[in-house]
Amino acid sequence: MSQTAQGTAVTPRWEQVGLNEEEYQRIVSLLGREPNDLELGLYGVMWSEHCSYKSSRVHLRKFPTQGERVLVGPGENAGVLDLGDGMAIAVRCESHNHPSAIEPYQGAATGVGGILRDIFTMGARPVALLDSLRFGSLKEGKETTAARAARNRYLVAGVVGGIADYGNSVGVPTVGGEVYFDECYNENPLVNVMCVGLMRKDRIVRGRAEGEGNPVYLVGSRTGRDGIHGASLLASQEFTEAAEEMRPAVQVGDPFMEKLLIEACLELMETDAVVGVNDLGAAGMTSALSETASRAGSGVEVEIANVPRREEGMTPYEVMLSESQERMLVIVHKGRESEVEAIFRRWGLQAACIGRVTTDGRLRIKENGVVVADLPAYTLTDEAPAYDRPSRRPAYIDERQRLDPAQVQPPAGKDGVEESLIALLASPNIASKSWIFRQYDYMVRTSTVVEPGADAAVLRVRGSRSGVALATDCNSRFCYLDPYTGGAMAVAEAARNVACTGAKPIGLTNCLNFASPERPETMWQFQQVIEGMSDACRALGIPVTGGNVSFYNETLGRPIYPTPVIGMVGLLEDIDNRLTTGFDKAGDMVALLGGLPGDEGLAGSEYLKVRQGLVAGRPVIDLDAEARLQRLLVAAAGARLLSSAHDISEGGLAVTLAECAFHGKEGARGVAVEVAGLPAGCRVDSLLFGESASRVVVSLPEERLPELSKMAEREGVPLLVLGCVGGDNLRVAIKGETVIDRPVAELFKVWGEALTCLMQ
Amino acid sequence: MKFGVVVFPGSNCDLDAYEALRGVTGRDTEYIWHETASIEGFDCILLPGGFSYGDYLRAGAIARFSPVMQAVRGFAKSGGLVLGICNGFQILCEAGLLPGALLRNRDLKFHCEWVHVRVENNRTPFTNRYGQGQVLRIPIAHGEGRYHADPETLARMEERGQVVFRYCTEYGEVVPEANPNGSVGNIAGVCNERGNVLGLMPHPERAVEGLVGGTDGRGFFESLIETLSTARARG
Repeated sequence: MSQTAQGTAVTPRWEQVGLNEEEYQRIVSLLGREPNDLELGLYGVMWSEHCSYKSSRVHLRKFPTQGERVLVGPGENAGVLDLGDGMAIAVRCESHNHPSAIEPYQGAATGVGGILRDIFTMGARPVALLDSLRFGSLKEGKETTAARAARNRYLVAGVVGGIADYGNSVGVPTVGGEVYFDECYNENPLVNVMCVGLMRKDRIVRGRAEGEGNPVYLVGSRTGRDGIHGASLLASQEFTEAAEEMRPAVQVGDPFMEKLLIEACLELMETDAVVGVNDLGAAGMTSALSETASRAGSGVEVEIANVPRREEGMTPYEVMLSESQERMLVIVHKGRESEVEAIFRRWGLQAACIGRVTTDGRLRIKENGVVVADLPAYTLTDEAPAYDRPSRRPAYIDERQRLDPAQVQPPAGKDGVEESLIALLASPNIASKSWIFRQYDYMVRTSTVVEPGADAAVLRVRGSRSGVALATDCNSRFCYLDPYTGGAMAVAEAARNVACTGAKPIGLTNCLNFASPERPETMWQFQQVIEGMSDACRALGIPVTGGNVSFYNETLGRPIYPTPVIGMVGLLEDIDNRLTTGFDKAGDMVALLGGLPGDEGLAGSEYLKVRQGLVAGRPVIDLDAEARLQRLLVAAAGARLLSSAHDISEGGLAVTLAECAFHGKEGARGVAVEVAGLPAGCRVDSLLFGESASRVVVSLPEERLPELSKMAEREGVPLLVLGCVGGDNLRVAIKGETVIDRPVAELFKVWGEALTCLMQ
Repeated sequence: MKFGVVVFPGSNCDLDAYEALRGVTGRDTEYIWHETASIEGFDCILLPGGFSYGDYLRAGAIARFSPVMQAVRGFAKSGGLVLGICNGFQILCEAGLLPGALLRNRDLKFHCEWVHVRVENNRTPFTNRYGQGQVLRIPIAHGEGRYHADPETLARMEERGQVVFRYCTEYGEVVPEANPNGSVGNIAGVCNERGNVLGLMPHPERAVEGLVGGTDGRGFFESLIETLSTARARG
């Protein structure tokens, strides 16, 4: 490479491409010779952490991936689940953390573009996007300088703007997701994007380069020098203060081009001319070519001079590594070229034939007829190193898990309780996110049945009675305090969110965001989270269809909390059975499923953080109880017993009741509940603000209560009638003593305006 | 009776418009590709929402030059019904088929939300099934929807009943708080002098089914049927 010529020869060759000496020797033995500079560059990106999953692969194998609805599991561009009626849903989630930290608008926008391509690559029409976002504190505080808080607000505005402009333009609704704020993300925001697409089950397209002599097309944008080393290297090392200098490595998105690609590719896939399709993401042509060839056990020969360029003088290295956006690799049957080219021409897209499929298993790259790289394709993908890195239980765990409730000052009287409730409603983690989702077109394609702000979004499946429920979730504070339990709770809560719409969870994807894998404590957290997630998947019968790992989310030694974001897909066989969050009518009974929250719910709660400044305790979950609760919800929704359902999460029972009232229909925006007795030793603040898992508040007409009780008893789920919907206030009494009595309208104002105020 | 939905590169509410037309009217509906230079045989042309040509340069600025717009101009001139929704409205303004222009929203942000609009003129071919002053709940989803026209033009439009919809509260009050984007006079939709070309920023095609939020937009498509049936009956 030119760097050598410029006098940096002292740096070993492998370090110039981000590899170590051992990895270099592995390449030499695989090739039986020294690689040339271009070849070494290809190994450098493909064996980077981001592309090869070298630190995570051995652990990811623990996920249960089998299930009767799994049509395509991990390893392809997206997972695919069977919806019945001949329909299938493609699902995937991906991170764009590092680019978004440097250039929030384009970083987030290109994250949306990339995940859309993963979905339509499979032959599915993208129908919904969800975003799971994490930012640092928006307010100056102990761990946050005023400048940092301002920077965080800039990141929020930029990320949301980037997602909005890209998603709105391509016409795929952004229907949900979640947003959390915590100081641990001050330097490292997380931007995870999930996309789902619908297709006919018999039209799944794979990313395979099969059939000797079949032409290989590069379609879409021209290739430029933008984004070289973008996703691959940017996301494969931790940040330093010099990260700003890497801004040119962030790609720039063009949603209009993407829209044309979606339409043209889906039109092409309606013909039977297509052999395989792969998008160009991280590591650009290098990964698309080597993955399609190695999946098919074939080879590809490419003439790089045929690649349309944005600028002159690009080297083969730059062309192969460019991460220019909005490009697709399409392999078609030979003899069908003119038909294929006509479709792309109709959509105004450039389609260049850049090579042919071979049978020798090699990725051979020529420049004007001269071979410039020649290596076995599978060595870039299947032969990438895999490490079982050292792990160690972090020292902080024992200390943090110790929480003596006696040290937590309970709120004093009604005034104290109400003050706590209002503080929680104003916390950006709980407050309404409408400032964000109002910027997203969440209705385009007119299939959004349950809009953003509920536990899960619900979409209809046109042409059938069914619907899908979608949710993303992760409480990273739980994962920090106890990675195993936190991982299990992330799966359980995402599934519960889906079950609260009446849908049965059928599969999940994930985005595992962690600090540096070279830190043994990170690897311990990573392994524990995977164990916890896997156990929860088994307990709830939910397979993992794929996922994404993002390591190195730390800056100058400050790691983020372990953040395994779960993207859950649920199936509603009859869309008319859907449930929503808000109360439905005055006079409905309000009941709690799962039993009264106990003191264990204080662990890692928003209440402890907001009111006591504490991140402590040991969260717990009973996965068997969770499974029974979710079965009950789905069955009760199917029997049309319930008017609404909303699970207890951040802010506990009091906030859950308030949210049910906020989302209530006209005339059903007040509620009065009474807890007759506290369990022995249970505190008032645990009951009202604790986040004990596996609890759901439901409302229903009184006459349906006996049947629900019977079903709950059969499943062994405790059911407690708390009160009824009505009036204008949120009123809560414990043992005859009123602890909350405030107008819902007043609480709604606090909750509704908090985030907007913080952002202004 | 046949409806046409124009598809520009970057249109993304074409499906919704198509489904609404077919679902509500039950009549023939076809997509019309932007390169089509002739639109014979259609009784009404709908320009759907989206981001035609990426809305690069300015919303609707490039679409107005596409071949189909030549045909739409001729169609409108001969009295054909043309309806532009959202990006379609922007294109009609850019093409000079409607007065005024659409600027970026007052707060420079995209707004997707349910709003209320008041029917200011129910004597148009697109609104005759609504009551005068009726309040509709219909969503908006746009970044460039702030209607603007010079005072002289506005006065003339008001006089001739060309202001067809205004943003209002759920009780029908036209007040600044009910204006989501800063449009002059809370204007949400306008028609040409002759009344056969109408554009609006809200999306009636998204409000034709209770399952996805509401049915207040149905009257739009029912009005079209009424208009075209009457015209046909008169021969």
